[in-house]
Amino acid sequence: MNARPRLVETDHSATAHVAFRSVSHTYPARAGHPPVHALGPLDFNLNRGEFLSVVGPSGCGKTTLLEVLAGLVKPEGGTIEIDGRAMTGDVPDGVGVVFQEDASFPWLTVADNVAFGLRRAGLPAKEIAGRVDYALDFMGLNQFRTAYPSQLSGGMRQRVCIARTLVTRPSLILLDEPFGALDQQTRLLMGEELLKLWRETGATVMLITHSLDEAAMLADRVAVMSARPGRFIDIIETRWPRERDSSLASQPEFGVLTSRLWSLLREESRKAMESSGARSSGATAR
Amino acid sequence: MSLQLRLPASRAFDYLLLVLASLALWAGLAWIAGPDALSGPGETLARAADYLGSAAFWKHARATGTAFGWACLLSLAGGAAIGVLIGMSRLAAEVGEPILGTLYSIPKITLYPIILLVFGLSLSAKVAFGVLHGIFPVALLTIGAIRNTKQVYLKTARVMRLTPVQTASTVLLPAILPELVTGLRIGFSSALLGTLIAELFASEEGLGFMLIRAMEAHKVVDIMALAFLLFAAAAAIGGLLLAIEGRVHRAS
Amino acid sequence: MSRVRLIQTLLIGGSVALLEILCRAGVIDHFTMIPPSDMLLSLIRIARTESWFWPDVLYTLRNLAVAIVIAVAGGFLIGLGVHAVPRLRRCLDPLFSSYYSVPTFVLYPLLIVIFGIGPASLIVMGALFGVVAMIVATLTALDRIPRALIKTARIMRLDALRGVLMVRLPAAAPHLFTGLKLAVAYCVIGVIAGEFILATAGIGRRLSFSYNNFDNQTMYGVLLLILVFAATLNALLNIWEKRLHQRWYR
Repeated sequence: MNARPRLVETDHSATAHVAFRSVSHTYPARAGHPPVHALGPLDFNLNRGEFLSVVGPSGCGKTTLLEVLAGLVKPEGGTIEIDGRAMTGDVPDGVGVVFQEDASFPWLTVADNVAFGLRRAGLPAKEIAGRVDYALDFMGLNQFRTAYPSQLSGGMRQRVCIARTLVTRPSLILLDEPFGALDQQTRLLMGEELLKLWRETGATVMLITHSLDEAAMLADRVAVMSARPGRFIDIIETRWPRERDSSLASQPEFGVLTSRLWSLLREESRKAMESSGARSSGATAR
Repeated sequence: MSLQLRLPASRAFDYLLLVLASLALWAGLAWIAGPDALSGPGETLARAADYLGSAAFWKHARATGTAFGWACLLSLAGGAAIGVLIGMSRLAAEVGEPILGTLYSIPKITLYPIILLVFGLSLSAKVAFGVLHGIFPVALLTIGAIRNTKQVYLKTARVMRLTPVQTASTVLLPAILPELVTGLRIGFSSALLGTLIAELFASEEGLGFMLIRAMEAHKVVDIMALAFLLFAAAAAIGGLLLAIEGRVHRAS
Repeated sequence: MSRVRLIQTLLIGGSVALLEILCRAGVIDHFTMIPPSDMLLSLIRIARTESWFWPDVLYTLRNLAVAIVIAVAGGFLIGLGVHAVPRLRRCLDPLFSSYYSVPTFVLYPLLIVIFGIGPASLIVMGALFGVVAMIVATLTALDRIPRALIKTARIMRLDALRGVLMVRLPAAAPHLFTGLKLAVAYCVIGVIAGEFILATAGIGRRLSFSYNNFDNQTMYGVLLLILVFAATLNALLNIWEKRLHQRWYR
């Protein structure tokens, strides 16, 4: 155990890893649809090495928040600073993203999927092999390394995507409802894996989720978003120890926390449901 | 004002541009190729208009229309019947689909001699050849539609204790309707293709016959005018069916 | 699966046997159809003895190959281009979807007038017939690339060329292959039908020639060859397509 290499060396001295300064975004009008004010204005700091969960009603701009931070969407207003430098509108350095949808490449084996980013970066073969082995081991994928994604379950495929992200040693990991398609038991276990990963790498994590339990169990802080346009209503500190797992759920504080989250979200969710009308099937801003 | 138009003004403009560009391309090609190879738009459209005013043209058009009508009807009825029969059973579908698919993909024109040997130079030969083209796509689309019907619909029907007839008429049929309309369109065009090819190769009347006669006499303007009329008619009916299809698909 | 194969084999074998019996018993007379076993014998005979056989087969195969290359490559490039200009695509979409409801063969007489009776007319006929299937498949393929994969390519900072080569193209491969399959089938139909209607050489022209000369033995031998060729080609492409789809989609 003691020989396990740390995946990333993170400097914990500075606190603000990411700073949002009145960031807002509006999707322009499309044929027959008015413009959609999806996000903000938003002001907050993401502290270095913290685990932040973001919860909110469906269609509130959670995904927009993530895509703005990932450099996939250029925000209309405001600036985002990472390590004190303003984002240029490109994908910033050291960012890893796990999407809600399965993003494993079906034409590559599990091992090739995981190695993809490293090969692009032009690392020496030996280094790649070592990192891939470690990641496959860590995510429990070793026996599937020569399998293709279509031969795996949804949970296993999402592990492939997580492994593919973590081998690049990102200092900022963004997850967009990565366990959304999984059953509750698998979610809990994947959540524990994620906590382990976070502890080992020391990376900053932002997790978008619609599960209050998941948000409460995993995070140092839970940000609660309003109905569209998404703003933070409140950011709640959980005060869990760094060493934690799903057994938290049996503690009385956990119940207090989740019911507080729900009381904050209840009215917003009702608003979101009413404004989205009959088409409530995960109506996001796009 | 533009709000009242069903077609947005910009789109209508795009289509206008497309038509003008096609005409310009046509005229350009005709100019390059010369009148012996390709007639220009003006000349061709004038000849097409002549045709529309002539009794001989309509006699041939009627002959084609009769054969095509029967071919279309038999393709749709036969294809849908085969499709439903095979589609209802999983095993039958697994066995039948690849066979029908292969039959669909073979160059059926090569079978025309057999049709001629069986039916002789007659209306039924044309109809049979049209059906040979039209029946397989209709059957395949029907099978696909039935196989792709969500099982939960059928379970719902069972939970509601519908009889098989009620299930077929109130659940299965509405569920596969969009695909049936698609089948209608594809069957229509395939049957038309079959009928025309039959006339091109061997027949004594019909638009295909007119076309092959014009070709043998090297009358370029006639060929172009006939081709234009056939294209226009097929595209108009095809477009109409496509519009209906779009509406049905959107409603479901 | 093996049970399905067994029933299919029995069904096809049974149909052939039934045809054989009907022909031998005289229910179907000899001038209409010769027994399937005679078709096979006739094919073997003409392949071994007739001097026109291999030149005609090669003539058709060569024209077919060129037509397929033009249809697939052209259709793919046109598809890429049209996909890149949404406004053009919106305009052309109705054209593409009604293309196969228009009897393209009526253009063949015109092609002969323009290109003369020869390979060029046949190739253009085949390519014209196949190209739109490939265009439509390319458009579908590009539409259906999962957004998550495109985003992943951006997160990995692939440049435009690498993004296309390493992510978009592989992701689009199954639908592109379906387009290839359809284009091949349409090209086969186009080229052989063209030969059949009017040509100076080729296996399709041999078929119509022997029909016009009441040479049923040759006609059915050639017919068997064409049917077996088309069916085998189709079956192979289907198997390949199925494998591709199974690997890509779950």
